[in-house]
Amino acid sequence: MENRNKTFVEDIERTLYDIRNEDRSAYKSQAGLTEDVVRDISARKHDPEWMLERRLESLKVYNSLSLPAWGPDISELNMDEIVTYVQPDAKMAGRWEDVPEDIKSTFDRLGIPEAEKVSLAGVGAQYDSEVVYHSIQESLIQQGVVYTDMETALREYEALVREHFMRLVPPKDHKFAALHGAVWSGGSFVYVPEGVHVEIPLQSYFRLNAAGAGQFEHTLIILEKNSSLHFIEGCSAPKYNVTNLHAGCVELFVGEGARLRYSTIENWSRNMMNLNTKRALVEKDGIIEWVSGSFGSHVSMLYPCSILHGENARCEFTGVTFASKGQNLDTGASVIHAAPYTSANISTRTISKAGGRATYRSAVKVTPNAHHAKCSVNCESLMLDDISRSDTLPVMDIQGDEADIGHEATIGRISEEAVFYLMSRGISEEEARAMIVRGFVEPIAKELPLEYAVEMNNLINIELEGTMG
Amino acid sequence: MSRKLLEIKDLHAGVADRQDKGEILRGLNLEINAGEIHVILGPNGSGKSTLMNVIMGHPKYEVTGGSIAFEGESLQELKTFERTRRGIFLSFQNPEEIPGITVENMLRASRQAVTGKPVKIMKFRKELKAAMEELQIDPEYAGRYMNVGFSGGEKKRNEILQLLLLNPKLALLDETDSGLDVDAVQIVSGGVRRFHNEDNACLIITHNTRILEQLSVDRVHVLMDGQIVEEGGPELIEKIDREGFGFLKQD
Repeated sequence: MENRNKTFVEDIERTLYDIRNEDRSAYKSQAGLTEDVVRDISARKHDPEWMLERRLESLKVYNSLSLPAWGPDISELNMDEIVTYVQPDAKMAGRWEDVPEDIKSTFDRLGIPEAEKVSLAGVGAQYDSEVVYHSIQESLIQQGVVYTDMETALREYEALVREHFMRLVPPKDHKFAALHGAVWSGGSFVYVPEGVHVEIPLQSYFRLNAAGAGQFEHTLIILEKNSSLHFIEGCSAPKYNVTNLHAGCVELFVGEGARLRYSTIENWSRNMMNLNTKRALVEKDGIIEWVSGSFGSHVSMLYPCSILHGENARCEFTGVTFASKGQNLDTGASVIHAAPYTSANISTRTISKAGGRATYRSAVKVTPNAHHAKCSVNCESLMLDDISRSDTLPVMDIQGDEADIGHEATIGRISEEAVFYLMSRGISEEEARAMIVRGFVEPIAKELPLEYAVEMNNLINIELEGTMG
Repeated sequence: MSRKLLEIKDLHAGVADRQDKGEILRGLNLEINAGEIHVILGPNGSGKSTLMNVIMGHPKYEVTGGSIAFEGESLQELKTFERTRRGIFLSFQNPEEIPGITVENMLRASRQAVTGKPVKIMKFRKELKAAMEELQIDPEYAGRYMNVGFSGGEKKRNEILQLLLLNPKLALLDETDSGLDVDAVQIVSGGVRRFHNEDNACLIITHNTRILEQLSVDRVHVLMDGQIVEEGGPELIEKIDREGFGFLKQD
């Protein structure tokens, strides 16, 4: 075991994720972004008139905004080359048998149908720009729970969608929110009625197969008073030599006394620009729990935001980011305490290796009316070698009275004494280091759904293999 | 004729990567046979902990001369974990905290590594529970992260717990009794007594003779300035306890 792979690995073996299917899409929009492209997407999706108007409005905003002046360099992204809409050659199915074979086998390899049988109450699977499969347990339907793709929601729950769509993330928020507003396609819609507890998680999986394409799925979740839900989101893509773009948008409405857990393991390939926007609005006594794992992509900018809008609203954020060679992962969280007695707990771990760059970035704001707000931030970073980089950039803006704000940050390396200690217990050096890294992320891993915790462990093992020499 | 476990000849060692080599051990000789308990006494800074670390192959130290053999085989080329797998165990003076790894998982991983065989979870759990009871460790600690938030005494008892479960041939105990109250010393000493038999050996560093009271010590070595300057039977312990190291310095 000690002899395996002592040489440095250029890029990790990601066979499972890297199997790409032939691109046999039914339709692709032309590359680049023009009004014609947006109109074309809208027509193909049979948008209602108001949605087309919003798309065109978003396009105007997009053209008026410049790229963010902070964070990782994303200038290599050339929107003229990105294909914004790739329609797979498949209709949305309610049975896996009805999903085309190559697409189905992709999701088979990712374990989605299997997980559906064992541990999920509903599944959505998106392939390129459209959702190809959706299911939900009959018992949930009977309780009034809705879980479907955004296109269906737009037809069947038009009023709800119209009221909530891009209300938390308005197009003018930033350039990629505007882009999303113009070309969004696919995604999931969840509605949980008052008092209903969805005991088993729902999961949506987003797979981008086409090279040089963008994925702009929209996830809209509405939890009514005193309801609860655990929603899991997974994403991956095979690796190409051209840049792919992911600019999804997640909007979560957590009603009074409701509780939403939103778990993500993002494992995009290393040619992906992951510029994703996630935001939750939490009413009185409501709870949002984010569990977020970022492993893939070339560049990520991801800072899920929680707006604690009602008294006693709470946010728990747990995140892990692992940046390796060629990756610049800029992740973190943002919390706005907008009501009295709101509280937030942010706990993150970041790891960087082989020249990877990981940045923890957070913003905590307490508005003047939000007295007795409580927020604790704990972020720890581990650098596995001398060529990697970790930064911690917390911003706090406290305007409310009697706020209790705590921030703890550590940046360090693997302790050689700890490695020696484990080796003195018979554990090989390589395994000792892996154990320490796994231990470092353990507080996060234990929050993940089991199969994702296993996946994370595998990803860490793959990443650490061959790092010793 | 008893079986020779450890044989150290003319050992020279210092801190690696130092220009002056910072030699700490300067021609040290030591032999330990199966069935024996040896004690090393010596003033602070005489090289006692360095000796333990060098036997264990700590990468911080470099052997510049002499040899260490275990069961007739040189340890020189072996990494720390390979030495452990051959049957050497070190109980640390300051055990490391390893966040995120529970005592049970850590011990199971090391048992598996040392024996090279898969460990049956339920059987191991029972064994662990019994050993923890014997050392009066709260069974809840099996699920706690390794040494994190443990008191000094709890860390030391956790070391002896590992000694019992890994059952090495040679146990190196580096001030396992320091910082312990009277009762805790009794518990730790009881653990060592239970471990020790005709087939294994202990090398104990201590400043406190209480841990030795219930152990039958075979050999005592006094280490000063990186060399063994005096050797004898258990009576040497009493003498040093009474008079200190002063009488040796005058020689």
